Amino acid sequence: MSGGEKKWVRVAQSVLFPVREGRAVDVGTKQLAIFNLGKEFAAVENRCPHRGGPLADGLLSGNTIVCPLHTWKFDLVSGISVNHKETGACLRIFATRVEDGVVCVEVPVGVEDETIPMVCDSPDRPLRWVARKPITAANSSQQQQ
Amino acid sequence: MKERLVVVGNGMAGTACVEQILKYSPRFEITVFGDETHVNYNRILLSSVLAGEKASDEIVLNSLEWYQQNDIRLRLGVRIVDVDTTAKTVRGDDGSVTPFDKLLIATGSTPLIPPMEGTEKKGVYVFRTLDDTRALLDCSHKGARAVVIGGGLLGLEAARGLQVQGCDVTVVHLMDRLMERQLDLIGGSHLKAKIECLGVKVLLEKNTTAILGEERASGVRFKDGSEREADFVVIAAGIRPNTELARKAGLAVNRGILVNDHMETSNPDIFAVGECVEHKGTCYGLVAPLIEQGKVLAATITGNKGPTYEGSIPAAKLKIMGVDVFSAGDFSEGTPGNDVVRYEDPALGIYKKLTLRDNRLVGVILVGDTADSHRYMDWLDEKTDLSEQRRQLLFPAPAADKGLDVAEMPDNKVICGCHGVSKGTIVRAIRDRGLSTLSQLKECTRASTGCGSCTELCQHLLQAVAPQFEQEEKKALCKCVPHSEQQLREMVRSQRLRSVQQVLDIYGNGIGCEFCKPALSYMMDVVWCGDHVEDRSARFVNDRVHANIQRDGTFSVVPRIRGGVTSPEELRRIADVAEKYKVKMVKITGSQRIDLLGVQKSDLPKIWADLGMPSGQAYSKGVRMVKTCVGTDFCRFGVQDSIATGVELERRFENLFTPHKFKMAVVGCPRNCAEATVKDIGLVGQEGSWQVVVGGAAGKKVRKADVLVTVESTEQALQSAALFFQYYRENANYLERSYDFVERLGIERVRRETIYAPLGVQQGLRERLRKSKAASRDAWLEGDEPRTPTQFVQIQPMENVQ
Repeated sequence: MSGGEKKWVRVAQSVLFPVREGRAVDVGTKQLAIFNLGKEFAAVENRCPHRGGPLADGLLSGNTIVCPLHTWKFDLVSGISVNHKETGACLRIFATRVEDGVVCVEVPVGVEDETIPMVCDSPDRPLRWVARKPITAANSSQQQQ
Repeated sequence: MKERLVVVGNGMAGTACVEQILKYSPRFEITVFGDETHVNYNRILLSSVLAGEKASDEIVLNSLEWYQQNDIRLRLGVRIVDVDTTAKTVRGDDGSVTPFDKLLIATGSTPLIPPMEGTEKKGVYVFRTLDDTRALLDCSHKGARAVVIGGGLLGLEAARGLQVQGCDVTVVHLMDRLMERQLDLIGGSHLKAKIECLGVKVLLEKNTTAILGEERASGVRFKDGSEREADFVVIAAGIRPNTELARKAGLAVNRGILVNDHMETSNPDIFAVGECVEHKGTCYGLVAPLIEQGKVLAATITGNKGPTYEGSIPAAKLKIMGVDVFSAGDFSEGTPGNDVVRYEDPALGIYKKLTLRDNRLVGVILVGDTADSHRYMDWLDEKTDLSEQRRQLLFPAPAADKGLDVAEMPDNKVICGCHGVSKGTIVRAIRDRGLSTLSQLKECTRASTGCGSCTELCQHLLQAVAPQFEQEEKKALCKCVPHSEQQLREMVRSQRLRSVQQVLDIYGNGIGCEFCKPALSYMMDVVWCGDHVEDRSARFVNDRVHANIQRDGTFSVVPRIRGGVTSPEELRRIADVAEKYKVKMVKITGSQRIDLLGVQKSDLPKIWADLGMPSGQAYSKGVRMVKTCVGTDFCRFGVQDSIATGVELERRFENLFTPHKFKMAVVGCPRNCAEATVKDIGLVGQEGSWQVVVGGAAGKKVRKADVLVTVESTEQALQSAALFFQYYRENANYLERSYDFVERLGIERVRRETIYAPLGVQQGLRERLRKSKAASRDAWLEGDEPRTPTQFVQIQPMENVQ
């Protein structure tokens, strides 16, 4: 990761994340998958390095997330692929903490964001669907309706 | 006029004796007093009630109807406090006075409370009666710290029950080994190691001197000064015969009420039986001797004096926290002239020890493997001369036929002690009703449904007698939960586990994976007929959002169109929805359904609402569809009403989960236009009948379905399909399609266990299907009532990065 500045972002009440499930959240230009591991939370880019699968919809096996599309597995602590090590596939991990019942994620700011390298050239879930415009106060309230 | 017999005590011994008396003659007018408020129940199974394996009404031995049918006056909740031997009356604590000609004392025993301070405190319990058990159930909960004083049989049973309830259990024992009355030092240490593996702590050679705490127990203190904290304390340090009434009656009493070989006391009109008596210096606490005593007493009391009681060889066969233990006779090593034969495999936790005297077996201890216990028991009972077999005592030459051992048993030998089922009854049931599996045997005879210690014997009997015996499968589900699905279903049922996480915590690695979690989710649903704790985190995403995830992360929506029959109005709604939500593709599926592809997760609830149609379940391991041809409605060749039948079939099974996807079809004639012969269930209409076919496939594999049965009426066809459907749901492994299932079992066995199964088995299948169906519902209703606020809605961050 580049040595750019980082910022803690308040994401949402922890109660919105059911235990042992993941949820997708757009933070900045990124879509993150945030998981409630029971005692702690984990955050990664919501994009499987294999073919772009939505990891937030995956099944948790302890601290391992299993992509719902082709069952690629990743360790949420190290980011390393569990069952396709030979490809070098790796998730990008974001630090998390809970403050006053709110899940916070540490994300880089002010630099052009790097994206994780994909294993294949033509992912099924193209980037344009994942990275969206930053959500402003105006359009976020609109979306919540 | 009939003689009046008053029985004091409504426990197992007293009632068993009364049963024997009734077999002799109806000469008595019988009144039974019981100080507990329950009818007679199986006290041995209290530990199963504590462990949640049995409900309290499941351990009843003699129901109220039994007392009525036999004209027995039953007074419950009355304690007999005095007896007047001159006037020949007993007085109850309710003030009632009851005259008798003959009196039978079967007052049993009470828990022995060793001398220590603080036993009167709240939170101190004993474990003897159903009420004690209920009190323990009330105070036990996950994480509660329990100290059980006493490492004998009773104490360990209490500990096991509490451990299953999730308590943090410590067993405290005065002696240097557990169950010292049944085990030697080595056997005891094997048992201790096993129990500790299960998370129960064991403290040996600890003399408890005080129960700590103000009003409530908060811990215990030992003689060495050390202490242990506890939320509650159970005292299970043994029993004391109840002899108070006998003393008042002037009977000769030592530790127990003294009886001779005819079970007579020192008063010719007063008799005693059970745990309260002492025969030749021994008081018995196990059931078998008490039943023996009852038989002798029944002869004596009815004027058929003759049979004698000569004492029993103490024998106990039990499962303590999953460890099989068998102990019988005298196994002391110190006695001169005793020879000891031993076998030990610590890694497997197996320990066997035989004690011999003059080439005859006098004592046995088996830990970890009790398969041979009945042979040893026979040697003990018969005092068999073993000099010829000295070289094969522990490893008998394997019988050519596994059932040989059991085949030699007499027919009247009781196999299942809990339900009193004899070998003869089991053999008759197997022969007359054509049983071939253990589960069928259980359902028909109740054998091995109690403590389960006779399971192996029942298996052997089946093997010996049933021509088509089939061993049940043993393949482990997954490395996360290394037990077969069959075993897991039984454990889930007996331990009353209702959530996936509980199973993983107790029988697995606590984590689970993408394979076993959905498998266990399905198991919970099918075992409890929908009455389980649904854990969506253990389900694949399709079953969390009730739509099929596509390669780009969008979802597909397939509404239910029963039998493939729709209407212009429905089609218009589907078209409107497709336009409104800019659905990428509308596709007619191979299942006579309409698929809307490329839908965003957050649009799902809105689309379902606009469609106003139920879920087609096209995303789950569940009932997919029933395809139909037009049948007699329009077709020139149709001979059966395939459309109405197909719609009805779909209605009966829809919304239910199955081990794998489940596809059906109904065709109105053998031309088979809706391809019924390559479906999981197909109904093929013929002139005047339906052919029900099962296990067909047209997927990765192509397989022609087997004919299950041919029946005349449509309702019979639907009923046969239902039997197969539920049988597959309950017995297939997860992700096993019906065609693999039918091939694995063979259609003959499938027929035998469904349409040709005994009536009771069929009723069971139907009833469980009915319950599951009643508990099921259209998954798309969750669109209006999501299980969590973020089930379909994407979370928006509270603040954002600039």
